[in-house]
This record gives sequence, structure tokens and C-alpha cells, in this order.
Amino acid sequence: MGHKSDKKLIVNGKRADGRELDQMRPIEMQIGLVNRANGSALVKFGDTHAIAAAYGPRELMPRHKQEADRGIIRTRYNMAPFSVDDRKAPGSDRRSTELSKVIRLALHPVVFVQDFPKATVDVYIEILQADGSTRVTGINAASLAMAAAGVPMTDLVTACSAGKIDGKLVSDLNGIEDNFGEADLGYAMIPSKNMVTLLQMDGALTKEELVTLLNMAKESCKKIYEMEMKVLKEKYEKALE
Amino acid sequence: MRERYAYELIQKGMRIDERKFDEFRKIKIRTDVSNKAEGSAHVTLGETQVIAGVKLKTGEPYPDTPNEGTLIVNAEFTPLASPDFESGPPGEDAVELARVVDRGLRESHCLDLEKLCITPKEKVWTVFVDLHMINHQGNLLDASALAAITALHNSQVPKIEEDTIIRGEYVSKLPVVFTPVNVTVGKIEDKFILDPLIEEENILDSKLSVSVRDDDKICALQKMGEQGINFDDLEKMFDMAIKKSKELRKLVK
Repeated sequence: MGHKSDKKLIVNGKRADGRELDQMRPIEMQIGLVNRANGSALVKFGDTHAIAAAYGPRELMPRHKQEADRGIIRTRYNMAPFSVDDRKAPGSDRRSTELSKVIRLALHPVVFVQDFPKATVDVYIEILQADGSTRVTGINAASLAMAAAGVPMTDLVTACSAGKIDGKLVSDLNGIEDNFGEADLGYAMIPSKNMVTLLQMDGALTKEELVTLLNMAKESCKKIYEMEMKVLKEKYEKALE
Repeated sequence: MRERYAYELIQKGMRIDERKFDEFRKIKIRTDVSNKAEGSAHVTLGETQVIAGVKLKTGEPYPDTPNEGTLIVNAEFTPLASPDFESGPPGEDAVELARVVDRGLRESHCLDLEKLCITPKEKVWTVFVDLHMINHQGNLLDASALAAITALHNSQVPKIEEDTIIRGEYVSKLPVVFTPVNVTVGKIEDKFILDPLIEEENILDSKLSVSVRDDDKICALQKMGEQGINFDDLEKMFDMAIKKSKELRKLVK
């Protein structure tokens, strides 16, 4: 945030990529792709592509990490070295360590962990192509992958970003907007319960701006939720035929 | 045991140490606690203790900000601070704490980074803020953020002669222009509490860390904990944080 730049992010009321302020990028979702996993999904928000695979519930090793009365969830968020302009060194760094944690906590509330004591659900997210909003794209992929794996869940978790660029509040930031904007918000929720499970913001916003932005993010999540339900239904209705 | 007691008390509107829900423990701040540092602060929040030390080093600027100094925040959950901490590389909790404190400082633009440029495109000051946990009795995050901003306010820029830093001699104060303050709001069922004790922290459903600047703008948020937060509760949590931030900011000198 806050890099000084003369770059115009909004021209004549439209964003540099032609979008309206509250318009998300084209979204694509696909289930399957990783047949060794119990469930997997690929989600694209414009040029941001994330693939996720879910394994489990499976026995947690080493045994001393097992919980007697409930299962655990483990997540890994990772960016492919070729997913960004300047090659990213492979492996985890401070950013991916933090994101893996907040993504795990974003997914945790929907999972019936009591249903699989001593076991783990492992969810791996790989960012294949990054153009902003990678963590939320990854959460959508992870949630679909878990549903596809048949992990016992109350609902899906849907996620999106929002932010402030050139003084305006907008939905779904792309990479340039993320880098040169004034604020960015990462948001995930359980739509059926109106519960927020991921909330991160950096920038400088008044409380009023923040509340408006949260409402925009909530609206985006509703749309994403409908798309996710449609993709899951299509996949599994076909399978039943 | 203490957790169960803390939970039952909170249900009745009380806390183990008899505080109100929106009351912080007693805060004591000492500055210049480490004389080799460019600035330092020791924050005591009840029994919780954190030391922040600031060191400056010259380095190259980032290519996209050639005229600005840089800021790096690091946190050590030293094994002396809690039986639950182990030595070794920072775990995810330490990384998260450092990054949340970092974002509060960075996004508030509390440092005038352009004044930390020595030669554009070539040489700038890198400001390191190292957070050392000394005793973990809950709410390390708010204590750390308070220690960090206080240490920055009390830091000086070293003298340089022919590319060499003259240690122990200083030319100016570090250019700190804002005082962001972090307030974490804990949620347990329908109750909201500030500055949780460790026993309370262990029973919280979720937490929301809010970093607030002098002009009441919110400059960083981080939701923590295993449960979700109801959308309709968020605004109330922001209000609690903004209100308390004014009180905490008065302690930073």
C-alpha cells in the first residue's frame, strides 16, 4: 500500500482494466484436476489462478500431535516461483507462514472437527499466477476442494477482496490496484451464518469507509457463493446420472 | 481450571482481576532500557512484559521506493517468556505478531521514510524494530505495538562519516509523525473484552486486532482465533478499539 505513484487507477469513473467500481473480475471455477487428492479445485479471479487440493480426513502423524476428541486442519499457502514478475524463491517465507495460518483459521469454523478425532484434513493451496487477491482466491479454491473431498462441513467459506484506489471504494483488487491503492481488505465469510472468518486490512480508512467496504465485500461473497454452489451441483449431479 | 473460572466470571460480567470489560491492566512504560540501541522501550501490561529495540543500518532502497528508508519488524517469542515457547526459528504466532505490528506502523505512515534517504536509489536507512517477549501473561500484541511505537519515538539517527556509522553519536531524532496504537478486542459468545489475560485468551472464540491512528483512521485489521465473528458485531468492535486507542496514545511519549 501507499507507494507513491502517478499511475491513474480510475479514469472517467472506470478502473484501468475497464471495470465498474463494484465489479469483480471474470471468475472461473473447476472441480477435479488433481485425481490423487480427495478433492481439488481451481479458481480464477481474472489473472489470479489458485489451485487447491484437500486430503483427508486421514490419520495424523506423528501420533503425539493427535487430539483425542477432535481432528485438526492443516493448511499451506504457497506461491509458485513463476507466479510473479520477479521469480519468487521457492519455499515458505514470513508472508506465506502468516497466510497459511489465517487461511486455516478462515476455514476452521465450518468444519465438524469433532467428527474425525485423531485425524487431520490437509489443504494445500498453490498460487499458479498472481495478479492480486491471491489469498482470497486460494480460500475459495480450498473451500471447494474440501467440499469435493467430502469433508464434513456446515457450509462453504467464500472470500473476496475490496479496497480503496484513487479515493474510491472498489471490489476485487487486481495486482496494480493492490500495489498502488490506498487500502486493501481481505475478507472471508460463512454466508449462511453471516459470520466473518477472515478479516485483514491495511491502509488508512475512516470507520465509515471501512463499514461501506465490508458491505461491498459481503455482497461480492454472496455472488461468489452462488457460483460455487452451481459448480458443485453441476459436478455432482452429473456424477449421479 | 483458571480458564473455567474466567469463563464463568465473564458470563456474569466480571473478570478474574476485577477489571471492567473495556479496561486495560496497569501500563508502565520505560524508555532507553538498552543503551546500544538507537531507541528502546519496555512495556509492562499487568504482568505481561515486552521490550522493543530499534537499530538503524544503512542499506539499499526498494526499487519502487528509491527515495525512502525501509522498516523491518521482527518478533522473538523467547523461551524465557513462557513455558509454551521454544527456542528455534520464529513460529507462525511470532511471525503473525511481527507482521501485524509492522502493518500498523507502515500503513499509518508513522515514519517519514523520505527523511531516511541518504543517497537516492543507492543508500537509505533501514529501521529495524525487534520485539522481545519477556513475560507472556496475555495480550502480547497490544503490548508489542505499544513498545514499538514508543521505541521509535525515542530513537535517534546515527551520525555517518565517509560511509561509516559513528556508533554512539547521533544527528537527529527519528522522524516519527504519527502514533498508531493497537487495540485487540476479544469476543467470547456475546461478550467483548479488552486486554485479555492469558487465561481469558485461551477461552476466547475470536479476536480482532485494530490499529488506530491519531486521526481515528483505522490502518490495520487482523481477525484471529478459531471462530468467526458475526458481521453485525464488527462495527461495535471498531468503536471499542477507537475509543480505547485515545487513552493508550496518551501514554506514548
